[in-house]
Amino acid sequence: MKSYLFVLRKPAHSGAYVQEMLDIILITAAFDQKVSILLLDDGVFQIKKGQYPEKIGMKDTSAIFNALEIYDVNDIYTEVESLQERGLTCSDLCLPVQTLYRKDIAGLMKRFDIVFPG
Amino acid sequence: MKFAVQVNTSPYQSNSGHSAYQFIEAALLQGHEVFRVFFYHDGVYQAFKHTTPPDDELQFTAQWSELARRYPVDLVICISAAQRRGLLGMDEARRQGKQDNDLADGFRISGLGQLVEATLEADRFIVFG
Repeated sequence: MKSYLFVLRKPAHSGAYVQEMLDIILITAAFDQKVSILLLDDGVFQIKKGQYPEKIGMKDTSAIFNALEIYDVNDIYTEVESLQERGLTCSDLCLPVQTLYRKDIAGLMKRFDIVFPG
Repeated sequence: MKFAVQVNTSPYQSNSGHSAYQFIEAALLQGHEVFRVFFYHDGVYQAFKHTTPPDDELQFTAQWSELARRYPVDLVICISAAQRRGLLGMDEARRQGKQDNDLADGFRISGLGQLVEATLEADRFIVFG
């Protein structure tokens, strides 16, 4: 078993990109690996509440984040500065996350076998 | 060292695919092993055999095919990403009632499990694009 940190940095509904990243995350978890997620930069928008993606012909990818605990993906991190820079707080997000300061991100990444950019 | 590589961009979207190619070739020349190259997102277009660039430009897809002829590298296209973008191997086209075979020599189509397996087998996993 390896530990994976998926670092998601793109905004929601960037074409099929986010949906395809979530497919990788789900299949990795289905292979019984230890999966964690870090949302950085515009990636924090992926779990913002109040999305209506069907209006632009996209799937509701934020709903998939809420299903992740079924796959034992419980550690979802985000960065305090990424939220602040976008005028967001944790109450704007659709699920509970652990927040870290930018200075602690490198330390988090060191704990994983694989840092998977996405 | 055993490497696994993922390629996420198409040839004319960015030069990441070509950077991946150069990295893989250099690694192989130095005696390293490349366990698998997995093409995902728009990276599946790297395998599109009908691409016909002008003669004085790099032939990206042909370069991958040539690499697969020279070395035992496993070039895998993600089936779900490929189907979304209309790139079908012969078997899949037949299943969908279509006549097509879009895959250049040296590539094969398979699922995301092949990516997870590659990350598990390799000492280092590198993503381009």
